[in-house]
Amino acid sequence: MKILVTLKRVVDYNVRVRVKNDGSGVETDGVKMSINPFDEIALEEAIRMKEAGAAEEIVVVAVGSDQCQQQLRTGLAMGADRAILVETQETAGPVQPLTAAEAFLKIIEQEAPSIVLMGKQAIDDDCSQTGQMLAAMWNRPQATFASKVVLNGSSAQVTREVDSGLETIEVDLPAVITVDLRLNEPRFVKLPEIMKAKKKPLDVLALDSLGLSESTDFEMASYEAPPKRGGGKKVESVQALVDELKQRGLL
Amino acid sequence: MTKVLVIAEHDGTQLSVATAKAVKGAEGVGAEKLDLVVFGNDPASVSEQAAKISGVDCVRVVSGEDFAEPLAARMAPEIAKMASDYSHLFVASTTFGRDLMPRVAGLLRLNQVSDVMAVLGPRSFKRPIYAGNAIVTVNVPETVATVLATVRTASFAAAQMTGSATIEALESQASDPGHTRFVGREGSSGEGPDLSSASRVVSGGRALGSADAFKVIYGLANTLGAAVGASRAAVDAGYVPNELQVGQTGKIIAPDLYIAVGISGAIQHLTGIKDAGTIVAINKDSEAPIFEVADLGLVADLFEVVPELEKLISA
Ligand SMILES: Cc1cc2nc3c(=O)[nH]c(=O)nc-3n(C[C@H](O)[C@H](O)[C@H](O)COP(=O)(O)OP(=O)(O)OC[C@H]3O[C@@H](n4cnc5c(N)ncnc54)[C@H](O)[C@@H]3O)c2cc1C
Ligand SMILES: Nc1ncnc2c1ncn2[C@@H]1O[C@H](COP(=O)(O)O)[C@@H](O)[C@H]1O
Repeated sequence: MKILVTLKRVVDYNVRVRVKNDGSGVETDGVKMSINPFDEIALEEAIRMKEAGAAEEIVVVAVGSDQCQQQLRTGLAMGADRAILVETQETAGPVQPLTAAEAFLKIIEQEAPSIVLMGKQAIDDDCSQTGQMLAAMWNRPQATFASKVVLNGSSAQVTREVDSGLETIEVDLPAVITVDLRLNEPRFVKLPEIMKAKKKPLDVLALDSLGLSESTDFEMASYEAPPKRGGGKKVESVQALVDELKQRGLL
Repeated sequence: MTKVLVIAEHDGTQLSVATAKAVKGAEGVGAEKLDLVVFGNDPASVSEQAAKISGVDCVRVVSGEDFAEPLAARMAPEIAKMASDYSHLFVASTTFGRDLMPRVAGLLRLNQVSDVMAVLGPRSFKRPIYAGNAIVTVNVPETVATVLATVRTASFAAAQMTGSATIEALESQASDPGHTRFVGREGSSGEGPDLSSASRVVSGGRALGSADAFKVIYGLANTLGAAVGASRAAVDAGYVPNELQVGQTGKIIAPDLYIAVGISGAIQHLTGIKDAGTIVAINKDSEAPIFEVADLGLVADLFEVVPELEKLISA
């Protein structure tokens, strides 16, 4: 069984992102970049499936600029076997979920994986769309927001974190599974693995070589900082807190 | 012509408040016609509730055993077939809507606007990105046949429930692909107010230290008639179930009063509460970032002050 894992290069989750002064975007120059945290969890799950003997090969895929090779190499060091970068022109702006999903569909046609593991959302665009779009275009099941995955031969039982609690569904394979935070805790990469990963195959394909072009129909007209909440005041005692709340009509 | 279809969310008996909020958001595009679609096994009572949402012209009901559970794989093809009648499709940005709408988008090969927080015009929307650290204005050109969007419920009040829409039965137009099966569901006790829509919320963080200690949060919440929430750290540690998580990847809420107890105020948590009316923080570290957004802060050991707070409130 082959597993495809998507790895998005995003601004590290510890960075406090700032909007550029001219409102043309967010400041990404010199900012630390990482694998989207959810995608790390997706990859960890794939590695555990392989370690358990349920999968033979893990292929990691990214869509974006040449720089995404860094995150793919990290994925290889974590335990993926091969990497594919679908390269886009940096000038076209952030890659839209539809473009990414269309590229993944092309890779799926070549690779025929049994499972595609993805993050439930990218922490830069916070769209939470790509996995579902891909599953629809592939005409296969989707199991989103997974906190537990159990493989049963030709199907998978997936527990999903939904607003009302936990929901379990069964999906026939092949399927797209998008993962939530509590599925597992990703391992740390060790130095020898980083060295070994340099020798693992990383193929680069141009987006247009797949017969695709970047979807640019949505215009990201302007970016702004969110309205600031003024930090308020500190109170000295519980009684003072209660008095303040009463004054504001909240008690 | 601007024609809107909103997808209703319900649990089989009760229409979700999120639906009335999605309608409110959708109204911003200036629709000439606004319809709602309800899927369900026997959605008669839900459809009647839906017909009361002000601003809705027609409730279209697709019923059948296949729709007993809200499986995106089953509903999305139906919605995709209905899409040609509409210029806009909206759903609340709950786990239901976030699972479903992008599948519709994939079938239609269209981009989608997620988490709309403001509607500037029929094809212009504001949405948060980077955990709410930035807000982008997205314009959808006329060349895009249908605008697909999910609505951030914390940004909109619920529409009134004084309407009287017509109800129309609709034949299912697609068949069950059969590859996705519902197995089961486990949920909260259903006690206390619903976290997503409560006007008061008390949340606890890692500082609580155990499920047992978390009882002080439940105690305070109970006294206030508040819903209970939690940080990711508290959920990960197993103090409370996942549906209580507030934040970027949990619930985005907008209560009148939010009390954060033993929560540091990581950006991913703050993004879930920035529309709250008044934020109160109790934390023993006076440098904790939660104080940068709190309207009222108390630097203290929670185990000392929370019981005292509860006592003073009930006095
Ligand atoms: C991709 C991603 C998504 C995430 N999504 C979310 C999300 O949706 N929601 C979320 O909450 N987090 C989320 N996080 C996690 C977030 O970054 C923080 O790790 C988390 O919010 C910290 O939880 P906490 O404040 O309870 O714990 P901590 O940061 O450990 O803070 C505990 C606080 O308690 C205080 N304290 C300790 N003892 C006491 C005491 N006796 N009395 C009073 N105060 C005390 C401490 O001073 C400290 O400030 C996400 C992280 C990532 C990477
Ligand atoms: N350009 C991309 N490269 C790699 N993975 C991506 C890309 N875009 C989206 N994904 C995957 O899709 C998930 C959801 O992304 P999004 O729909 O943007 O929130 C991410 O967690 C990734 O796994």
